[in-house]
Amino acid sequence: MANLREVAVVGIGHTKFGNLDKTNIELFSEAAMDAINESNLKPKDIQALYFGNVLGTHEEGQLGMAAFAAADIGIPYIPTTRIEGICASATVAIREAFIWVASGFYDIVLAGGTEKATVMGTSYATRTFMMGSDSRYECPAGITFPGVFAMMTYLYSKKYGIPLDVLKDQMHAVPIKNHANGKLNPKAHLQSSIRDIMEKQKAKAKEKGKPVPTWNNEMDFLHDLSANMMVAEPLQLYDCCPFSDGAAALVIVPLEIAKKLTDKPVIIAGVGQCSAGPIHNQKDISRVISREFSAKQAYDMAGLTPQDIDVCELHDCFSIAEIVATEGLGFFDFGKGAEAVAKGETKIGGKIAINPSGGLKSKGHPIGATGASQAYEIAKQLRGECGPRQVEGAKVGMTDTLGGDLCTVANIIFKRGW
Amino acid sequence: MEYKLTYNKYTEALKEGKFLGLKCNQCGAYTVPPKKVCMECSSEDMEVVELSGKGKLQTFTVLRVPPEGFEAPYIVAMVETKEGPWVTGNLVGVDPDKATMNLMGREVKVGAKAVPGDKFSGGDMMALTFSLVG
Ligand SMILES: [Zn+2]
Repeated sequence: MANLREVAVVGIGHTKFGNLDKTNIELFSEAAMDAINESNLKPKDIQALYFGNVLGTHEEGQLGMAAFAAADIGIPYIPTTRIEGICASATVAIREAFIWVASGFYDIVLAGGTEKATVMGTSYATRTFMMGSDSRYECPAGITFPGVFAMMTYLYSKKYGIPLDVLKDQMHAVPIKNHANGKLNPKAHLQSSIRDIMEKQKAKAKEKGKPVPTWNNEMDFLHDLSANMMVAEPLQLYDCCPFSDGAAALVIVPLEIAKKLTDKPVIIAGVGQCSAGPIHNQKDISRVISREFSAKQAYDMAGLTPQDIDVCELHDCFSIAEIVATEGLGFFDFGKGAEAVAKGETKIGGKIAINPSGGLKSKGHPIGATGASQAYEIAKQLRGECGPRQVEGAKVGMTDTLGGDLCTVANIIFKRGW
Repeated sequence: MEYKLTYNKYTEALKEGKFLGLKCNQCGAYTVPPKKVCMECSSEDMEVVELSGKGKLQTFTVLRVPPEGFEAPYIVAMVETKEGPWVTGNLVGVDPDKATMNLMGREVKVGAKAVPGDKFSGGDMMALTFSLVG
């Protein structure tokens, strides 16, 4: 590899995630200006923008959003590039920004993303998200993202000989953990634990004079098909992340400059990215090959191994997706990830903290912004700014973002630069 | 070199009950759905052949929350064809409410059905169908 400069994140910004009454550009501008202000820079210092957005055409009828976003923060006359890597868009954008800064082409670059998915409603959003599948050879069957991960679940169950009912209970540990974490994240879309949601539904039934459900605990609640409806068998509602709105952004500069701007530059130690074809090419999707290649690139560049990672924000678009990701990134052996989450090994304070932000499941999944949101959380964790969800002493963190039918995965490893 | 088995040719054949694929003259591997080059060795030297239509169901799901334009419940499945490649389509002739993991590994016969297009699909579409054998 060519001689690359060391590169660091100097400023970060993140809107609240949820069902928001702001436009894509308004959301991005809020996150971008927070990132620029935190960097002790001005918008005019930004030399280029790498901008993640997936469905702006369907959400707001907007193409060319990167240009309009730059104009909104007062820098209309810079090169702007929209990056579309489906749900991995923002991580691809950050990697792109990293490469241009590391190579010496630019010094100060803004990267991030925005999405406003809730405006589409479930049925139209499910159709537009399906555009991430093979439109000629898979969409005609009515495949959906939940459907793809449902097929992954059955393959996982059979391959590793874990009976489906056992696996499903292990999978339920994912939303229970991620919602518990997300409850501690003021920016989260669904900022409540599964128990909170359960108690709220009981109270609602009581208030309306309806029979009060007799759930004793979260597992009871999650087992109940009337509370946790089937989406794509065997995946139920709480196996799936929500459609969300929100934005996140980072300012990326050479480490040399970063040290002049902040006491706590967060170094980008390694990056990786890999594509895969449609799922029919990938065949046994209980392993995500694009992730294995991408993560290896990031580990090799950083000179680190999975054992070195203290905290990881990974792509839990579905409960099984988190389990499979913890294996593909090398934190657990193949076939052991489900057991690991059920045993609490991925909680804050466990063997490795996975998704302390609440993950896509609880924090939300504004697809064009998700990778930048993950990077935001890792930067906050390394800087020790996460309050009750802080992973104590976190020095090295990783993000993992997956697009479409496992057809794009990108990873970034961050470490403290102080 | 011209694209050997285009989407149009492939779907027109499906309409006539023929399941076409590509056989590589270099390594002998089969490619379906069609691609520009052999899935195994990336050679362009392939010929269009009719496939056996035999395969084994590898995994599936029952869709309960459909995208706009589809009516749930229905079963999406991935099948390993006898020739090797995996294909995605709809399992038909099985009650979605009775679909269990016992379906995995079952022999199927590949067919096809027309699916009405929407404003994004660029016309009507063809989906593969899978029917249980035996
Ligand atoms: Zn070949």
